Amino acid sequence: MFEPATEQHLSEAIRDASGPLKIRGGGTRPLGNPVTGEVLSTAKLSGISLYEPGALTIVAQAGTPLAEIEAALAKENQRLPFEPMDHRDMLGTQGTPTIGGVVAANIAGPRRIQAGSCRDSLIGVRFVDGAGETIKNGGRVMKNVTGYDLVKLMAGSYGTLGVISEVSFKLLPGIAASATICVEGRSPEQAVAIMARVLGSPFEVSGAAFGGGRVLFRIEGFAQSIAYRSAQLETLLSDYGAVGVETDPDKTREIWSNIANVAAFHDTPGDLWRISVKPSDAPALVAELGMAQTMLDWGGGLIWALTEPGTDLRAVAPEIKGHRTLMRADDATKAKLGTFHPEPGLAAINQGLRAKFDPRGILNPGLMG
Amino acid sequence: MEMPAPDAAVLAKKALLVERLTAVLPADAVIHEERELKVYECDALTAYKCPPLCAVLPASTQEVAAVLKICHDMDVPVVPRGSGTSLAGGALPTADSVILGVAKMNDVLETNYDDRYIRVQTGRTNLSVTGAVEEQDFFYAPDPSSQLACAIAGNIAMNSGGAHCLKYGVTTNNLLGVKMVQMDGTVIEVGGAHLDAAGYDLLGLICGSEGQLGVVTEATLRILRKPEGARPVLMGFDSNEVAGACVSDIIKAGVLPVAIEFMDRPVIRATEAFAGAGYPDCEALLIVEVEGSEAEIDEQLGLILQIARKHDPVELRESTSAEESARIWLGRKSAFGAMGQINDYMCLDGTIPVSSLPMVLRRIGELSKQYGLDVGNVFHAGDGNMHPLILFDANKEGDLELCEAMGADILRLCVEAGGCLTGEHGVGIEKRDLMVAQFEPQDLEIQMKVKDVFDPKWLLNPAKVFPLASSESRRAA
Ligand SMILES: Cc1cc2nc3c(=O)[nH]c(=O)nc-3n(C[C@H](O)[C@H](O)[C@H](O)COP(=O)(O)OP(=O)(O)OC[C@H]3O[C@@H](n4cnc5c(N)ncnc54)[C@H](O)[C@@H]3O)c2cc1C
Repeated sequence: MFEPATEQHLSEAIRDASGPLKIRGGGTRPLGNPVTGEVLSTAKLSGISLYEPGALTIVAQAGTPLAEIEAALAKENQRLPFEPMDHRDMLGTQGTPTIGGVVAANIAGPRRIQAGSCRDSLIGVRFVDGAGETIKNGGRVMKNVTGYDLVKLMAGSYGTLGVISEVSFKLLPGIAASATICVEGRSPEQAVAIMARVLGSPFEVSGAAFGGGRVLFRIEGFAQSIAYRSAQLETLLSDYGAVGVETDPDKTREIWSNIANVAAFHDTPGDLWRISVKPSDAPALVAELGMAQTMLDWGGGLIWALTEPGTDLRAVAPEIKGHRTLMRADDATKAKLGTFHPEPGLAAINQGLRAKFDPRGILNPGLMG
Repeated sequence: MEMPAPDAAVLAKKALLVERLTAVLPADAVIHEERELKVYECDALTAYKCPPLCAVLPASTQEVAAVLKICHDMDVPVVPRGSGTSLAGGALPTADSVILGVAKMNDVLETNYDDRYIRVQTGRTNLSVTGAVEEQDFFYAPDPSSQLACAIAGNIAMNSGGAHCLKYGVTTNNLLGVKMVQMDGTVIEVGGAHLDAAGYDLLGLICGSEGQLGVVTEATLRILRKPEGARPVLMGFDSNEVAGACVSDIIKAGVLPVAIEFMDRPVIRATEAFAGAGYPDCEALLIVEVEGSEAEIDEQLGLILQIARKHDPVELRESTSAEESARIWLGRKSAFGAMGQINDYMCLDGTIPVSSLPMVLRRIGELSKQYGLDVGNVFHAGDGNMHPLILFDANKEGDLELCEAMGADILRLCVEAGGCLTGEHGVGIEKRDLMVAQFEPQDLEIQMKVKDVFDPKWLLNPAKVFPLASSESRRAA
């Protein structure tokens, strides 16, 4: 195992590697097709390099524990905007999630619909490509269009284009108050319609999910604003029966952390799929999925589906656009179905990029197909 | 600004090229008379002009593909063009290039309020995207000051921002999908009405690639419900430093306004003379805008005003009516026009960490004295995106060169302060040769390798973004 403690050593380890490398951050998100290779861990590339609360920006080395970053931000009443989910309970892993892993897998949470994904807050990266070259892109300012945006490309590239050594984010102020609003007893069609109505309102919902027959909304902001929007949403939702309002911030935190981490499907047997669709397509797809258990986030745009092991969920209603990622399954199923949704129209470009960034094909080979 | 010498072999092919283009496009969509080509000789960086070999105005993705295929076969460079409002020379032709304008392609293809997106052809202007959904109280968030004229095509190519991007993000944060034609005529679709990429984030890569990876013909854009209301407050301060410190304090306090705009004295005076918005005569002005219901606005502005008062403002004017709000914004919105009345200007776009604002403003003042050229500052302060406007006289021998040298010094200063050369206008030709101040050779090499993948012959907008010396071997190949 390689465990470089400096970017220089990281570069040497990659340049001198004689075979495939399996890149690991905290090891809590073993997503992707199985990879064999010598482990290259970023765990020792750790620490916050620069934090400027007055500029709403932070820079940290890739192996920095996410918890360390969140704690530093909380002290200044700031936060990462995109609410990255925790995969440990879903995937049955242990360890410490790192910020580099969050970036490599472009992790987000329910707030995706309002604040974007990890890639939307990521403003700079440093990485070492497959030839051992150390490269920077973006920087530490909130707006930057200088040259091509490799920051976005690196987010969600799962270590197959380079090993990320440092990342920068823009931040948001902390949340003063929050509330959860709930409507009971709904079908997926009704739920998605209600969510569309609320997301099309001016009341700035930062979460819209549906599971176990309940439609849930989250609002966040200053106290008076929460009171106001909560009342407005109650009026808006009064057509749909009883409306519940949860004002205890700890409860709201718990509810949405469970949604983010898909707690409903922890400790359950079966494969787990993550499906991104246009929200109004969700009810039809859910209906087609038949036996699968489902939970909706992002107003219906994100479907979590628990299926019988080995089911090829991409074969169901393939005309519905978007993508379906196999998050949890045994290695044989992952090898057979592939983790990531194939994109035949973009294959030439994807392969071309991979060949340029990692000419020897040694970084997480096969992980993304 | 140096441009590569036109390729004589390409120039010699003009007649054949026009013939082949006319075979796939209506005759009036192929412009090749010298007189008519003048329209396309520059963009909003008017200091540089060069008429192209010819210009084409295709009306569909298929026509774009047909044009590109011909140019690809004949090894003719292509410069994509939206509305030609680039301030970086992004749409500047070379004499041996074809301008491919998407202005005819301006239809709305689909609006979907339940899923909150609109699909348009990219020749559509930014403002008319909002125009198409306004009736339902929706809007498209990125709002460059040029929004009346600039096209979504150019917005995507430059990853344009606007005054309200502090809250809503820039183009890349509001773009869901594109249809794009590669240089060899291949049509690809990236993204769509759903969120996030299935694999590599090619959409994020395409956005901001300055027309060098493909011609974007259709775009799926996120639309948002309009806020219930918005209210600006005008703040005047005795010095740039104090205004800068106020910006930093507002940001630290946990409120996030939708916009924080900054103007210094030269700009305040110019806009007063030009638009008469009733601004106080002071060193620095901030316009801070918040959104929401009346009560929400009161709550946020209460906090902001409390912070501002700690900085001894010489003026604090909270808007009390729609009319007053419009007046507060009037000066800001006419700032570029007002400066243009005084003299020719070059608009820079460096971005810095907000914490360095006072230092950078002071240094810009010093450079202004050193070069003997006046500078006005008007910019998006919340995100550190500066717009120093250097005034010069285009008719005066050597003034443009002096202005360019001073601009380069300011941009290097931005990089030294931890920032970058351009926050929203793009590199184009203007900042091309300064890229080495921000990037190491390997940083540029990997970006050029990306272009190799999309456009192996380097025919799309080839003399832009990268220093000419760095890209030479690829362009010559
Ligand atoms: C007064 C004024 C104010 C401005 N204010 C702002 C501002 O607030 N924020 C901001 O970000 N910018 C601003 N700009 C700059 C400019 O308006 C933006 O860069 C805008 O996005 C350019 O759009 P356009 O359609 O005019 O593009 P063009 O100028 O035609 O082209 C710009 C670039 O896009 C490429 N391109 C054009 N069409 C395509 C296509 N179909 N496919 C691929 N590439 C293409 C071109 O090759 C070129 O590199 C301002 C400009 C002016 C003159």
